[in-house]
Amino acid sequence: MLALAKNELYRLFLSPLAWVILAFSQVILAYLFLTHIDYFVQIQAKISAIPGAPGVTELIAIPLLNNTATILLLLTPLITMRLIAEERRNESLPLLLSAPLSMLQIVLGKFLGTLGFFIIFLLLLSLMPLSLAVGSNLDFGLLTSAFLGLILLVASFTAIGLFLSSLTKQPAIAAITTFATLFLLWIIDWASSQSGNLFSWLSLLNHYQPLLQGEVHTRDIAYYLIVITVFLTLTVRHLDSERLN
Amino acid sequence: MSDSPLLKVTSLSRIFGTQHAVNDVSFSINKGEVLGFLGPNGAGKSTTMKMLSGNLAPSYGEITINGYDLLTQPKQAKAHIGYLPETPPLYKELTVKEFLSFCAQINQIPPPNRKEAISIAIERCGLNNVAYRLIGHLSKGFQQRVGIAQAIIHSPAVVILDEPTSGLDPIQIKEIRHLIRDIATEHSVILSTHILPEVQTLCDRVQIINQGKLIFSDSLSGLSQQMQASSLLVSLNSPPTRVQLYTLEGVTSVEALSPTQFRLHYQPDNNPTELLLKQAVEKHWQLVELTPTQHSLEDVFMNIIQQENSAQEQA
Repeated sequence: MLALAKNELYRLFLSPLAWVILAFSQVILAYLFLTHIDYFVQIQAKISAIPGAPGVTELIAIPLLNNTATILLLLTPLITMRLIAEERRNESLPLLLSAPLSMLQIVLGKFLGTLGFFIIFLLLLSLMPLSLAVGSNLDFGLLTSAFLGLILLVASFTAIGLFLSSLTKQPAIAAITTFATLFLLWIIDWASSQSGNLFSWLSLLNHYQPLLQGEVHTRDIAYYLIVITVFLTLTVRHLDSERLN
Repeated sequence: MSDSPLLKVTSLSRIFGTQHAVNDVSFSINKGEVLGFLGPNGAGKSTTMKMLSGNLAPSYGEITINGYDLLTQPKQAKAHIGYLPETPPLYKELTVKEFLSFCAQINQIPPPNRKEAISIAIERCGLNNVAYRLIGHLSKGFQQRVGIAQAIIHSPAVVILDEPTSGLDPIQIKEIRHLIRDIATEHSVILSTHILPEVQTLCDRVQIINQGKLIFSDSLSGLSQQMQASSLLVSLNSPPTRVQLYTLEGVTSVEALSPTQFRLHYQPDNNPTELLLKQAVEKHWQLVELTPTQHSLEDVFMNIIQQENSAQEQA
């Protein structure tokens, strides 16, 4: 299973796609980071007098992580689309299916390998807010909570993308359906303004916001874990049923 | 354990919709055997191979590999199988060595033995010179070799090769056949093909499948017996009359192909060749050609399939 994850990650970095995505997303995020710093510098004088005013972490790091979530929404389909669809197109899937591996191991291997890529992505990103520690005091509790949210969020994206990639032979179709699904789950709570109903519970974004504010609730973490488990199980089931039909 | 077959298939069926792609097929393969799986395109060869390798679940039937049931103990059973599908499953962005190292890992070869397993596979498949090249840059023949290396890396009991020589040039075909024969010294091999000479040169046992059904299963010598024909092609520069040829003992009919060329049919157990030679010398018939005609494997193959088809029509 770990061999599969390693192989997945390694092959990802053999293609220019991973490098291009990392490079350009870092450029965009760095630019956003700078605008947040710029804004903070402008208002710093005004808010410094107010006791209990938001600090560097709240005004620079958190908005940056909020933007990252949106960028990941756009990037995940590009990474996950090839996971199974491309193997199917290259007819390399029998290699895994005839090896002594269970379907769960195959799916988990692919999931963890892709998650590994996003963890590298987030590590690079984390250098930006951490660089602020040189000149100011950071709220590490808040940062940890926000990064935890981001990891859970991107893991859910990956699970959804993996499932949709297992449904088709065309990576492009996998990318489009993944993007549509993620986007729908992103905006689904726009339908209703009152909190506590089904739609807002389903929203991926809604469960990320509390974590960005440093509130770690079991219900939010459980939501992401449920999403991940459900989509990984669906992938296993689908690939298994493909052998039967 | 040594007496029981390595791979045993019992009444295997696979239904796609309403069509029986494979219908009630049973066979087994023993240690060190090369089993040829012969059939026209679309006969169900690949479907059977996919089921044997666990890529496709059978609708009915049982597959036992080295004592493990493929359906209830898939992991143990798959560890004893090496499979090369029609299109070799390769990651073209990896080098040969990287790819085989990955295969060694997913086939659960214990880490201390991996290096050795990889170098043995590279050695046996003649990949030494390309070990550090990207698979995508190799010729089709070499890609096929990498596919075979992948199938034998964990020294499985049974190696399943689905049309291993399709799409290769004649030299590559020869090399791959050589490689298969080499593999057969250590593993049992199931080989599917629609190329008949391949079966003749490689296999110990032949099975012919048509429209999902097994219609012939015998050793290669059994097949060659079917190929024994009972006719001679004779050219004589000063031929006798047809009647004279006809009166030779054993000859059942004489066919004149040209004024000097004849085809003699005879009873299978009464070969008139010797008699003909003697007479030809004594009577100065000036024999210039004497060829025992043999049915080609193609003829036998077509015969068996046609017999089967006509039997079906009558039923």
